[in-house]
Amino acid sequence: MQPALKWYKNVAVVGLTLASLTLTGCAASAGKDGSGRAESRNLSCTNKIVNPDVEQVSVWAWYPEFESVVDEYNKNNDDVQICWNNAGVGADEYTKLNTALAAGSGAADVVMLEAAMLPSYTVQDSLVDLTPFGAADIKKNFSPGAWADVSTTEGVFAAPVDGGPMGMLYRSDIFKQYNVAVPTTWAEFADSAQQLKDNGYPGFITNFPTNGRAYIQALFSQAGAVPYTVDPDDPSRIGIDLESPEVLQVLNYWNDLIERGLVSHNDRNTSDDNARMLDGTYASYIAPAWGPGYLAGLADPGAVTEWRAVPLPQWDANKPVQVNWGGSSFAVTNQAPNPALSAKVAMGIFGSEATWKIGIEKATLFPLWSPMLESDYFRDLDYAFFGGQQINEDVFIDAAASYEGFTNLPFLSLIYDTTTEGLYAMAEGTQTPEETVTSLQKTFVDYAENQGFTVN
Amino acid sequence: MSLTKLRKPQNDDVTAAALLAPRSQRRSVITRRGRIGWAFVAPFGVTFIALLVIPLLYAFWLSLNTNTLAKGNQFTWFHNYGQAFTDPLFLEGARFVIVFSLILIPFQMLISLITALIIDELANKVARISRLLIFIPYAVPVVIGAIMWGFLYSPSFGPMGEIFGFFGLNAPNLLSADGIFWGLVNIVTWQWVGYYMIIIFSALQGLDPSLFEAARIDGASKLQIALRIKIPLVAPALVLILVFALIGTLQFFTEPQILRSLAGGAITSGFTPNLYAFNLAFVYRDFNYASTISFALGIVVFIGSYIFLSASRKKSGL
Repeated sequence: MQPALKWYKNVAVVGLTLASLTLTGCAASAGKDGSGRAESRNLSCTNKIVNPDVEQVSVWAWYPEFESVVDEYNKNNDDVQICWNNAGVGADEYTKLNTALAAGSGAADVVMLEAAMLPSYTVQDSLVDLTPFGAADIKKNFSPGAWADVSTTEGVFAAPVDGGPMGMLYRSDIFKQYNVAVPTTWAEFADSAQQLKDNGYPGFITNFPTNGRAYIQALFSQAGAVPYTVDPDDPSRIGIDLESPEVLQVLNYWNDLIERGLVSHNDRNTSDDNARMLDGTYASYIAPAWGPGYLAGLADPGAVTEWRAVPLPQWDANKPVQVNWGGSSFAVTNQAPNPALSAKVAMGIFGSEATWKIGIEKATLFPLWSPMLESDYFRDLDYAFFGGQQINEDVFIDAAASYEGFTNLPFLSLIYDTTTEGLYAMAEGTQTPEETVTSLQKTFVDYAENQGFTVN
Repeated sequence: MSLTKLRKPQNDDVTAAALLAPRSQRRSVITRRGRIGWAFVAPFGVTFIALLVIPLLYAFWLSLNTNTLAKGNQFTWFHNYGQAFTDPLFLEGARFVIVFSLILIPFQMLISLITALIIDELANKVARISRLLIFIPYAVPVVIGAIMWGFLYSPSFGPMGEIFGFFGLNAPNLLSADGIFWGLVNIVTWQWVGYYMIIIFSALQGLDPSLFEAARIDGASKLQIALRIKIPLVAPALVLILVFALIGTLQFFTEPQILRSLAGGAITSGFTPNLYAFNLAFVYRDFNYASTISFALGIVVFIGSYIFLSASRKKSGL
């Protein structure tokens, strides 16, 4: 027994020594720069803090040109400063956020989230309800559809920022050269696709990105499908309906165009596809309001392409339906040490004309904040990339006004991944649209039941 | 009991002085030496326990719990394991890595063996330079290598179209569902052949040249020497490579994860078991089931390596 005890003792002594060394190390580094609250939290920011003596709120966001927005906010606030970092675009940021939430520390106080992702975080109580911090005061600044996307019966879980009302961006030079009319309905769109091909255009009228994620859901929604529902009184009761005629209608339509060789099916957001967006491979881009900024960002200055914007093609020209692709919001995580101050930041970053002007002019965001959305400035803004067209007035403002919101399930990442795999198989011709929706339905229902949901 | 066993070797090298000394003094020498020994082992021991044993135990604990989105956390014993071994995504991923190993490993072993034999035979300046050049890809970080090949495979940026066009052929799309298998085989082979080649090469360098001399005198050709003498003698190195490659391939992760952003449809979330575990944990926020998948993969790898090693032990002398 004796030697065994000694053994443990020795290990314990060495272990304690090591531990105390590390602890003293920490203490020493904390003592050196303990000049303000921010330092004691050890925040490191991409931006320069204007007022170093006040409390800081950490923010993760991936908007282009966001640093100028942060600087503008910090200049005008002497009770709080934003400490901003870009934790990656979309899924990359969510991966970091998921890890930090599971670990219990390390997440930013305020995070940028696509509105569609909010249920995935509220289901595990990862976000702070903004209601006690004055969410009701800002409700009047947003359209009912935009507000519905960030709130549930249980509270308001984010402040809406930008939206993605959809339209169609097209190459007016290509349509003119091949003498094809610009479509206003999906039936005309299919005809135009055929005419372009018949008249010798070597590209495709557009691309059907099987990894379109939110884009695909928007197309379903436009046809009148309500694939997902959540019982407002009991969020563990959900509905999944992928086998509806509306979903099938959309998939049959695109599958037909792909089979006829009129539409390509390349992954979007890859360097290959970014090149194709501008080299004339595609004659149009079914796009959200942030699409023009994305497109202009890809283009070489001085490119001779002519782009114009028109409203989204409709299934029924008499009953137009407007949908939304993407758009984002600011949410406060449950790790924020000062939720009240964090909520103020989340609701305030894009709560002024000055920050919005930067957002619109530099980052081409589409504001959901109505003082800006309804301003003459925004309506009359002309876009050089579109040959001076006032695309907001012509297309996107109307599209945003009639958007009614869309329900997403709390396991959106799985839905997106599975849909991508299913549509890829369909586009490659290995399964029919019917088989695709059947397998999607089965996968989602199985997953939901496995996760403890009741599926109606 | 185990303690007496452990202390036996120490008794052997106790000095004559200590043996002559009284019993109590002898014991104190032994304990002191034991203590010094443990102090030397401690840095490793602490790191080993803190960074390997504890995380493994914690992951195992996680894998016995089930955390669902709607119902929260429950202790469910081995329910997750039952689910894992009937989960089509896990089984499909496991099937993929096994098929991938069956094709990849013989292929890259053959290439590394042939290059090692050639370089060993030539032993001139060209051989030294090519040895370095073949080894260089191993020095390229896996992520960088995968990104680089991703660009080379790209239909619009890569050179594949032009190279195949020169011969009047259509370039295969190695980022498509049909092509990705061969695209990955190529990347992994490129990355690892140099490393395996060096292992075989050093084994060849360690052989006794008089054997080849004797064979030559007996009239063996160079090919016969290589096939009949060199290869059987470096068999232990080949077995080592096989085990490395098997374990590495069953844990296949980095290359598909990097190429996924270029070939989203072809590389699914459950493409390999490790990729599936990553997605479960960090994308779908199911750390418990991800731990289960990791352990399930560990079980598969362990059984596979064990069977292989015990089967080959007698022959290779490993």
